[in-house]
Amino acid sequence: MSAVPAHPVVRAPTTAEAARALLEEAPIIEGEHDDGTLNKTLLDYVWKKPGKGWWLLFLLGMGGTGFMLLTMTVTIARGIGEWGNNIPIAWALDITNFVWWIGIGHAGTLISAILLLFQQRWRTSINRFAEAMTLFAVVCAGLYPVLHLGRPWLAYWLFPYPNTMQMWPQFKSPLMWDVFAVSTYLTTSLLFWYLGLIPDLASLRDASVGRKRRLVYGFLAFGWRGSARHWNHYKIAYLLLAGIATPLVVSVHTIVSFDFATSVLPGWHTTIFPPYFVAGAVFSGFAMVITLIVPARRFMKFKHVVTMRHLEAMNKVILLTGMIVAYGYLMEHFFAWYSGDPYEFFVFANRRGGPYSPVFWLMVFCNILVPHIFWFKKARTTIWIMWVAALFINVGMWCERFVIIVTSLHRDFLPSSWSMYFPTWVDGGLFIGTLFFFGTCFLLFLKFLPAVAITEIKELRHELAHAAGTSGAPPSHEPPGAGEPGAPGPFGVPVPVPRAPRGREG
Amino acid sequence: MSTFVLGEFSTIDAVLKAAATLRDARVGTLDAYSPYPLPGMEEALGLHRSKVPLMALACGVSGACGGYLLQWWCNAYDYPLNVGNRLTGLTVGWPAMIPITFESGILATALSLFFGTIVFFFKLPRPYHPVFESEAFRSASLDAFWISVERDDDDAAAVAPILEKLRALGARRVETVRGPTE
Repeated sequence: MSAVPAHPVVRAPTTAEAARALLEEAPIIEGEHDDGTLNKTLLDYVWKKPGKGWWLLFLLGMGGTGFMLLTMTVTIARGIGEWGNNIPIAWALDITNFVWWIGIGHAGTLISAILLLFQQRWRTSINRFAEAMTLFAVVCAGLYPVLHLGRPWLAYWLFPYPNTMQMWPQFKSPLMWDVFAVSTYLTTSLLFWYLGLIPDLASLRDASVGRKRRLVYGFLAFGWRGSARHWNHYKIAYLLLAGIATPLVVSVHTIVSFDFATSVLPGWHTTIFPPYFVAGAVFSGFAMVITLIVPARRFMKFKHVVTMRHLEAMNKVILLTGMIVAYGYLMEHFFAWYSGDPYEFFVFANRRGGPYSPVFWLMVFCNILVPHIFWFKKARTTIWIMWVAALFINVGMWCERFVIIVTSLHRDFLPSSWSMYFPTWVDGGLFIGTLFFFGTCFLLFLKFLPAVAITEIKELRHELAHAAGTSGAPPSHEPPGAGEPGAPGPFGVPVPVPRAPRGREG
Repeated sequence: MSTFVLGEFSTIDAVLKAAATLRDARVGTLDAYSPYPLPGMEEALGLHRSKVPLMALACGVSGACGGYLLQWWCNAYDYPLNVGNRLTGLTVGWPAMIPITFESGILATALSLFFGTIVFFFKLPRPYHPVFESEAFRSASLDAFWISVERDDDDAAAVAPILEKLRALGARRVETVRGPTE
């Protein structure tokens, strides 16, 4: 595979040629490829025996997963008194982590569904990856509210089923809405991910050597044979799933924010929560995608399909959503002041100067200041800078949820019930354990399934080849034996001419 | 038992042209296979517009209605919860029921799009198909384009001209396979 070219750094161009090169966007697919080389390079990792690094990470992940199981066992066997939660801080790390993980999941759906509807081609290389992230993040998120029930073996009481108590769930409660929103989200994400995987699983089946692999992938591919009669239905089904996933992802975090916004607690009772939560979710999710894909693209050798163009585009989304989040913070404090309500006023003063103020200021640093580094092209296109910034944002978004939940609860209306919250090894360990569990799921996914949507990449390559043919762009995308210039693009839609290069700062 | 006459093509233009030509020649039931959807193949094969959206719409609307009725039946009819004295008819406290109504609609749509499409439109899961009898057919999901002509008979005299035609249209490989389709 061709190495990633040194990326243009902002400096005074010496010639017109150099100036043009600076404005030219990095390609979506680097190097010359045909279907065969794409298959080979993208499937290679699945066939290779895992290396030492993979085993090391996997064992580490399994160790952490074991620790998670231990903390879960302690929680279930001895009750949630093992956590640091108390009254009034009845929601603490559990709900913080729930909201954090759900938020991370949202970037996956955003990338795969919303960007598909907006015809953003750069999504194609990263959508499978991001969808898997969604899936595992939602699984991690779902653990917390269930464990927090105290008696998780009765979790099925949440669903409306005929029972001997002749009672039904209270559907007017946002907590019930959460049950439906999160379970619908998990189901839809899983189905969307799998529908996209089917043609790739068929590719794996057909590219595999050995009967065992062929049987396993053949079974998983449902006997897909790429028939035109099937593609006819498949295309529209996939598009429709994307279409419904888009309002779904917005609704899920809106409903999560309703858990707080519909209560009367100062610090929670505010109308800005739904949009502010959704923006925060996208913000943290993109940061997580950067955190994961930067090492993955290097070790799995798919730098040619996840190029600097993708990373830069994601960093721009982080910058944008970061500013929306900052606006949300500002408005929260403004509302508190403008309301004239002494309790509201106090809660926000307490956030800025109370016992948890270091967490608040860490959040301000990570979420408000750090993203602004992405105004600079050098930061957007330098691997280590974006990776460190993404880590800060992950931390900052976790702090945000902690600040919202714990600082609002620990100083509520009655000073006599004020209290502090500190995690014990059980709820702290549960959080660390889910991080490892998430990582382990991800490693297994990277090893056994194509982490890049091969079918879509091959289709995109044809689209780009045709576009290059019609617009006279440099022939770097032109594969050997591609169709005639001017032929219609895949999906029968006219191929749009690539946008003219333009400045990107601002 | 059906006979499938298969031809492998290396370019999209060739396979599209072959599909259109064979369709005009009326040699049997046609199908094409490709690693990704091909532009213009529906027209070449004369496929109808997919009915998947209709199914999704029907399921989505039923799911949303079902979700609303479930909440109404549980909280207002079977075990009425009198909150804020909103207790009359079907519209009892309806704003609070919108989120779950919406989610039920989405859930039903997603389930129908996945399972409905795979089971009713694709007729999958179906690990065996006669075309898989051909070892070379593996390339259909990787980097080549295939056309199949399906015939109920096993008449070599009828198959020979089709093979000839496929070769003439530029197929780099032709084959005949036979197997049960049901």
